[in-house]
Amino acid sequence: MTVLLSRPRPSVETARPAKRKIPAHWFYLAPALILLITFTYVPVGNMVWYSFHKWDGLSPAMDPVGWDNYVRVFTDERYWRVFLISLYYFVASFAQIAIALYFAVILSFSTRFRNLFKGILFFPYLLNGVAVGFVFLYLFQPGGTLDSVLRIVGLGDQARLWLGDPDVANISLAATSVWRFTGLSFVLFLGAIQSIPGEIYEAADLDGANRWHQFRYIIAPGIRRIISLSFILAISGSLAVFEIPFIMTGGANGTRTFVIQAYETAFQFRQIGLASAMAVVLLLLVLLITWIQRRLIPDDEVSLS
Amino acid sequence: MLGALQGGAHPLFSMRFSERTDTGMTTRRHLLGLGLATTLTLAAGCTGGAGSDDDGGAGGEITGEITVLTNRTDLAETALPAYGKEFEAKYPGTKVSFEPVTNYEGDVTTQLSSGDYGDVLLIPNTVAVDQLGQFFEPLGSTDELKAKYRFVDEKAFDGKVYGLSIGGVANGLVVNKRIWQQAGITAPPKTPEDFLSGLAKIKQTTGAVPFYTNYKDGWPLGFFNSQRAILGDPAINDKFPADPAPWQPGKIEYITDGLLFDIVHGGLIEKDPLTTNWEGSKPMIATGKVATMLLGSWAVPQMKDAAKAAGANPEDIAFWPFPYQTGGKFHARIEGDYKAAVSRSSDNKATARAWLDWFVNESGFAGDQEAIPPAVGQPLPAGLKAFQDTGVELVELPAATTNAGKEDEIIKESEIDLTGNIYRQKLVDIARGAAKGDKDSYFAELNKRWGDAHSRVMR
Repeated sequence: MTVLLSRPRPSVETARPAKRKIPAHWFYLAPALILLITFTYVPVGNMVWYSFHKWDGLSPAMDPVGWDNYVRVFTDERYWRVFLISLYYFVASFAQIAIALYFAVILSFSTRFRNLFKGILFFPYLLNGVAVGFVFLYLFQPGGTLDSVLRIVGLGDQARLWLGDPDVANISLAATSVWRFTGLSFVLFLGAIQSIPGEIYEAADLDGANRWHQFRYIIAPGIRRIISLSFILAISGSLAVFEIPFIMTGGANGTRTFVIQAYETAFQFRQIGLASAMAVVLLLLVLLITWIQRRLIPDDEVSLS
Repeated sequence: MLGALQGGAHPLFSMRFSERTDTGMTTRRHLLGLGLATTLTLAAGCTGGAGSDDDGGAGGEITGEITVLTNRTDLAETALPAYGKEFEAKYPGTKVSFEPVTNYEGDVTTQLSSGDYGDVLLIPNTVAVDQLGQFFEPLGSTDELKAKYRFVDEKAFDGKVYGLSIGGVANGLVVNKRIWQQAGITAPPKTPEDFLSGLAKIKQTTGAVPFYTNYKDGWPLGFFNSQRAILGDPAINDKFPADPAPWQPGKIEYITDGLLFDIVHGGLIEKDPLTTNWEGSKPMIATGKVATMLLGSWAVPQMKDAAKAAGANPEDIAFWPFPYQTGGKFHARIEGDYKAAVSRSSDNKATARAWLDWFVNESGFAGDQEAIPPAVGQPLPAGLKAFQDTGVELVELPAATTNAGKEDEIIKESEIDLTGNIYRQKLVDIARGAAKGDKDSYFAELNKRWGDAHSRVMR
């Protein structure tokens, strides 16, 4: 008792927060906040401002045009049609999630060479998107790597103009995207799976659960949030595809995505206002879809115990 | 997920959008820049320095340092500093440094809005003519400079010249003569029909690709817009923006874009346009795997170099006019390519102007690049002399005056990039059966889009 009373620390601790708590946490937050505001919210604010003007990016005068830019985005077929191209990438993202989940589950059990396989699966994500574009450009050339491989395995007659044929071009590009981004989904899933405590598997083993049961009743519920995050990313990502089609086809041959269209509007036709309106629309769409998705699949606390 | 990687988390998303756009732009422009800068000897691409002091204004002493922006990344370490040394020898106390910009158009446009863009630079084509005065010093009046230089009206507004060409080019077809000869054709075809049947013969008899579009790199498709002189009408740049439907039969776009359509529709191009490659096309035409490309006179030296490198005969490469005659004569447009200008925000305008004048008149840069010298009275390069001697009239088309700047506005408004590749790639897609439509429907659509924008701009 005396010992406790003689300890000065408690009183000091309560005294200090009372005076300094607010300045201190702002101080720690400041660098992050300054960066966030300077490089995210101010530019977004600018973009919204531009979207209500007609401006070429150079002229000192910006003509206010009200909602005209937005009206054009929604009424001119050339601007909204490009959203349909996103469907290719959206469908492909299901393949991507499935492949990533499959490998994440397999490699979370003890498998031979598992670290090697993890490396192989993650590697494409480490490559620069431009490099990926070029690699696949050579792969898809007539007489290129893909055609040669098909010939060797006796499927030579299946070869086609992978980028030149408008029916196949978007699929080729979406497949390239899958190849590139599976690694990231894989790592997310693997991380989530490995955070599930090992005893649960042991207990399941004792209860006679097989691998499928373990996946169905332990892993899948355990990584629900990551799966749902993956879907949000899939949707927003497929609405905003840019790099790969831009490098590989430049948006030609019916592969123009919304962001490529916005880029062209902004930087080739210098209609910064209209392009900003497109970007704002894209932002709102992604927010809306995310909101709907969260309403449909509420994000419950995951509990395995 | 695709997006995850691409887009990033959503709150940041729009932000990311702009970042990504920039990246993309850099990448693509970078390619284009490389294409233009290192490979094209675009006459246009010269680094010119142009400097001017205040027009008729305070003069100032020719001394001190200037910075010259250049798109010629290939020359920035070699030829350009050599020119710089000569200038410094003539004007002791000056120092010229060069700043190569790979992605010239995009990066310099951004620099313009920041106010820091060197002392002498090439005018990016993103600057509309009526904005020239915001960024560049006037170099003199159009009337006065016209007597001394070619191409002065291309970057002029309201009677004032803002940029001087550092070397001009002629537009036309780069061909491999040997292949055309194998198909039995030795003289430039005079009509689009003759040209198409010539290409068809090449396809039957030689196995070469008759016409290479460079669809993937895109910018070479823009040269279909550089053929306006074929009608022999010096006022066409003023008439063009006044016409709400330039894709009507008999009009210029119908002739040029129509020829492109027919070439593609006849199967006379490369097998897969989506995988063309500009760098790769040079040895192909040099060795006769490709017979024809529509480019400019600047490309001839490059193709000859490629021929030498590949062990083929450089003499096979020839420059032909666009296959269309007016009044029994070929007309080929010559134009000034990039114009050099003095920055309005320069601290050393006297030196900048001195450099510009020296570079244009005395450096010999245009001659070294086999370009048309900008100063009136200097002889044409040998290659173009030969071209002219075959009976081609070289035509310099005056820029629009009454409709100055309107064409650019209609282009922006309609998003039909006359000078570029976006709508022409679609044209190629339709012609090869990869997109819906036919020649008539697409030209009707273009006329409509152009007409709508036209009515908004010209009202």
